[in-house]
Amino acid sequence: MTTVELVSPFVLEYAYKRSTGPVIGRFLTALRAGRIEGVRTATGRVLCPPVEYDPETGEDIVDFVEVGPEGTVTTWTWVAEPEPGQPLSEPFAYALVKLDGADTAMLHALKCGKDALVTGMRVRAVFAAERSGMITDLAYFQPADLPAPELVPVPAEHPVTRFKAPVHAEYTVAAGATTAEFLRGILRKELNGRRCPSCDKIYIPPRGSCPLCGVRTSEVVPLAQKGTVTTFSIIRIPFEGQVLEPPYAAAHVLLDGADVPLLHIVGDCDVDDVRMGMRVEAVWVEDLQPTLASVRYFRPIDEPDATYESFKEHV
Amino acid sequence: MALRDVHIAGFAQLPNSHDLDDYDEAEMVQEITERALADAGLRREDVGFTCSGSNDYVMGRPFSFTMAIDGLGAWPPIRESHVEMDGAWAMYEAYVRLQHGDVDVALVYCFGKSSLGSVDKVHTYELDPYSLAPLQVDPHSLAAMQARMLLEQGLITEAELAHIACRARRDGNKNPNAPHSDEADADALLAQPYVREPLRAHDLPTRTDGAACIVLRVGGGGPRIRGIAHIMDQHQPGSRDLTDAVSARQALEAAGGADGVTVAELHAPYTTQVAVLKRAMGLDDEVAINPSGGAIPACTPMVAGLVRIGEAAMAVRHGAPAAIGHATSGSLLQHNLVCVLEAE
Ligand SMILES: [Zn+2]
Repeated sequence: MTTVELVSPFVLEYAYKRSTGPVIGRFLTALRAGRIEGVRTATGRVLCPPVEYDPETGEDIVDFVEVGPEGTVTTWTWVAEPEPGQPLSEPFAYALVKLDGADTAMLHALKCGKDALVTGMRVRAVFAAERSGMITDLAYFQPADLPAPELVPVPAEHPVTRFKAPVHAEYTVAAGATTAEFLRGILRKELNGRRCPSCDKIYIPPRGSCPLCGVRTSEVVPLAQKGTVTTFSIIRIPFEGQVLEPPYAAAHVLLDGADVPLLHIVGDCDVDDVRMGMRVEAVWVEDLQPTLASVRYFRPIDEPDATYESFKEHV
Repeated sequence: MALRDVHIAGFAQLPNSHDLDDYDEAEMVQEITERALADAGLRREDVGFTCSGSNDYVMGRPFSFTMAIDGLGAWPPIRESHVEMDGAWAMYEAYVRLQHGDVDVALVYCFGKSSLGSVDKVHTYELDPYSLAPLQVDPHSLAAMQARMLLEQGLITEAELAHIACRARRDGNKNPNAPHSDEADADALLAQPYVREPLRAHDLPTRTDGAACIVLRVGGGGPRIRGIAHIMDQHQPGSRDLTDAVSARQALEAAGGADGVTVAELHAPYTTQVAVLKRAMGLDDEVAINPSGGAIPACTPMVAGLVRIGEAAMAVRHGAPAAIGHATSGSLLQHNLVCVLEAE
């Protein structure tokens, strides 16, 4: 089984919303209405996109100024193969555009034939038909000499105060040598820990280094498939992503010989019978996979409960 | 009050490589901290303050730095801090902490993996969340817009960029801690297509996995920190001069200046940024730029900056009278840290 590549896809997502504050809120409210507003500083500079304070002096900005919708490209690059989530799905340019009336440039997408792209070209903002108060309400810039689509009005009762800013990132996680060795053991119905050469503690799941001593663990130690429930919790309510049917018992099981308990499930008994000190053993699934879920659960065995003294160091 | 003299007593890095699949966070940290302490001739018990740099979005794990502490042997509990930045900023915090006067040794480490996901995508989340992040503008596109300004203003040529790339690859191939890059002459590189016009593949960083550790010590010998400073420019790329790096120049001045400097390790992931930093910091041709190859052949997120300081320290250890270690954060050289090191 050493050819099994122990990697797993992983998606990290956060469904964040962001609040805007009054300055950015006004900018986004204007974008939703199909206008671009910059801010004027005490020194008379007009900044677009706006910032909340003068970046040079830290003073409050003075007022708002309508800028654009035309402007001049100050630099650009060509995106031949857009990624999902970028402003346009066809090849496009990112450009810095200094809008008429502004002293700073705004970064945005530029929809334009590649051959027509040139620094200094005149462009015009094109607004999305559906607008909700985000920078993407300005859909893209296009060459100023092309006819602009007519602005579609959108209802706009309330000023923009927040918008959706989700995070989505995809990963391929590798198990790492120590965890991979543990997971391959599971394919042989083995529960293998690792021993610290300095303090002799045995960790399961194994760790590559001892968190107490800061040295590499060295020796692989096969552990018994029996152990003691050191503490537990009965899960009685459903939650998103739940695999088991409540009620069920999640427990810390201290395998005989191990120094840290393993978080797992106690099954084959009434949840109300689960107790500290209860003796249990591993029950394996039929179709072994390189995951700790190949242990279906731990079930009670016919042994007297362990005394609290015998496991109190591990609670 | 006079500042305490702080020295770089030890340095270690894992080889920057395309993947470090065998190591988890704790294992990376265990190995580099053990090696750096050995390099410094110190033990874990000697460390009075520990600070790390890493990023959860890079590692794809919330609170990944808390798991990494398992590599430290943090028992009994230790004084510890973390920055969600390159390890160079963790070193800055540790330097300041040593100025408090009650501890004399600080351990600084960092780790990052590009192999887990898309670092380019992660970088889009570091941009202004209102006006930039929703546009998902990737770092290569940003760098390409900076490059066009440099080229169109006559500050550099594409051929000069190719020469910077050739040298970075050649020097990187001599560095055992950088992955191998295929070497080619500048003409061959210039015949390649654009990735983001006007940048070609050779202008872009090679994304790597890695980890590094520096041991700081008050007194005790080794390269002495003349000064360390970090300064941040405006965020919006359209509101600053992208052909310059004002904050890098200011940070160099605040860190004591470049007198006697013969080596500069610059955290410039793009060929263009080597040129921008060199000019912004006023480094002449007498200064060897990035003898390690720099951050083009080996660009490990959250690590490449601290490695620059470590490489600068090794240059001083091996005879340079003074050296610059530079780190950057944010996009397009927005935020720059300079550490000037000198022989005692
Ligand atoms: Zn131990």
